[in-house]
Amino acid sequence: MNTHTQLATYNFAYLDEQTKRMIRRAILKAIAIPGYQVPFASREMPMPYGWGTGGVQVTASVLGPDDTLKVIDQGADDTTNAVSIRAFFQKVANVAVTTRTADATIIQTRHRIPEETLNEGQILVYQVPIPEPLRFLEPRETETRKMHALEEYGLMHVKLYEDIARNGHIATTYAYPVKVEGRYVMDPSPTPKFDNPKMHKSQALQLFGAGREKRIYAIPPYTDVISLDFEDHPFEVQSFEEPCALCAACDVYLDEVILDDLGGRMFVCSDTDHCEKRRADGHVGPLAGETAETAP
Amino acid sequence: MTAVQSNSASMFQGGFADPVFNAQLVFRQIMDALARPGRVAEFNGLANPPAPLSPTVASIAATLFDHDTNVWLDPALARNEQVAGWLTFNTSAPLTREPLDADFAILLDSGSLPLLESFSQGTQEYPDRSTTLILQIASLTGGRKLCLTGPGIRDVDNSAPNGLPDHFFDQWASNGLRFPRGVDVLLAAPDGVIGLPRTVKIALGES
Repeated sequence: MNTHTQLATYNFAYLDEQTKRMIRRAILKAIAIPGYQVPFASREMPMPYGWGTGGVQVTASVLGPDDTLKVIDQGADDTTNAVSIRAFFQKVANVAVTTRTADATIIQTRHRIPEETLNEGQILVYQVPIPEPLRFLEPRETETRKMHALEEYGLMHVKLYEDIARNGHIATTYAYPVKVEGRYVMDPSPTPKFDNPKMHKSQALQLFGAGREKRIYAIPPYTDVISLDFEDHPFEVQSFEEPCALCAACDVYLDEVILDDLGGRMFVCSDTDHCEKRRADGHVGPLAGETAETAP
Repeated sequence: MTAVQSNSASMFQGGFADPVFNAQLVFRQIMDALARPGRVAEFNGLANPPAPLSPTVASIAATLFDHDTNVWLDPALARNEQVAGWLTFNTSAPLTREPLDADFAILLDSGSLPLLESFSQGTQEYPDRSTTLILQIASLTGGRKLCLTGPGIRDVDNSAPNGLPDHFFDQWASNGLRFPRGVDVLLAAPDGVIGLPRTVKIALGES
């Protein structure tokens, strides 16, 4: 008796075959029109909207018995959302799981792209809350759809310009809009803009699922993904003054961790697998020793 | 009488032996083919349809078609009751005679390939509402050398599918001009599938 015969009431990977076919057809259209949001008949999933139902449905539709799944939430493999979704697929698909980026064939992510460069065989599945980059500028779907149809993205540039007028620089730090293959403006999901350059000409296939908003979109490998900017205010990613406190990595995205109520803080890699791998390789950050002492 | 029985039997047989996992395997290959145009995605014909429908095309049909998808068959194929019956029985897909209504189209005789424009192109607002053409061709190799560029291709891909008529390439160029509207094509041969999403540009190499 393997796991999925014990759960006889569920099909492999939870979704019924009719639903998978519908989602699979949407994925193929999304790949053919990079950056365009394909409507799909999103299903109720056994978790609330906002917990990654879009990403879960995409993963369930592409996942096979030979895949190895990794799930991350803000870069971490061990946070609630990542742990639950990983356990969900172990239960309903009996699939192999991993925390190591290089070993995974499918990586479902909430709001980060792994630091390690992804390769050709891998599929990155994003959980997307609001897929429409123009939604906060224009609430009507009929209008935003027309704006995409006419390639009318002036409003987005006005928004970035207003950032500059108010703050002296583009203050958008996450969900930073990108233009895909010179045509569609796309929301990269609320990843920090630090990750935007990793989407450009990525070797991996990138799939985006928004469950509540019922949209699927995609970026094929080797596709141009350009962050919107101005000639005199070019796109820049965040930079950090100090390296990771545990593994001393520079050029990675760091999370701030409060240590006490006296203003003590540390900055550590948001990508936990990357950090663990570097520490295993012997890289030592300034606070690495202290964590070892306090660890149980 | 026995001949009729064996013929009618083939209409109801030859679907996927393991629908869940066969469909997943074929879908991943199709997805890979469209995400990496020119790259040959291989799968052994898992479905076993009546001739002249190839197992490759039948496997694609069994993976993607259902009662929500209108399917257009080229005139010769539409006249073949065995093939039409096999598709209807195994996928429940309604057949249509109007190429403009088709979500999928199956074409066996690429010599009589109709204009790509005669199929649904989608609209500027909903470019996904377009037809996906499945072209059954002789082989994915040994044809005229092509230079494919576009999303999914690192530099250039030199596929040489065998069995595409010359006018296909002019039509494909016009198809690209309609972007984001346009049709997508799957070239299906016994040796696998090559995907041609509407974004891919084809230049003819030296023959």
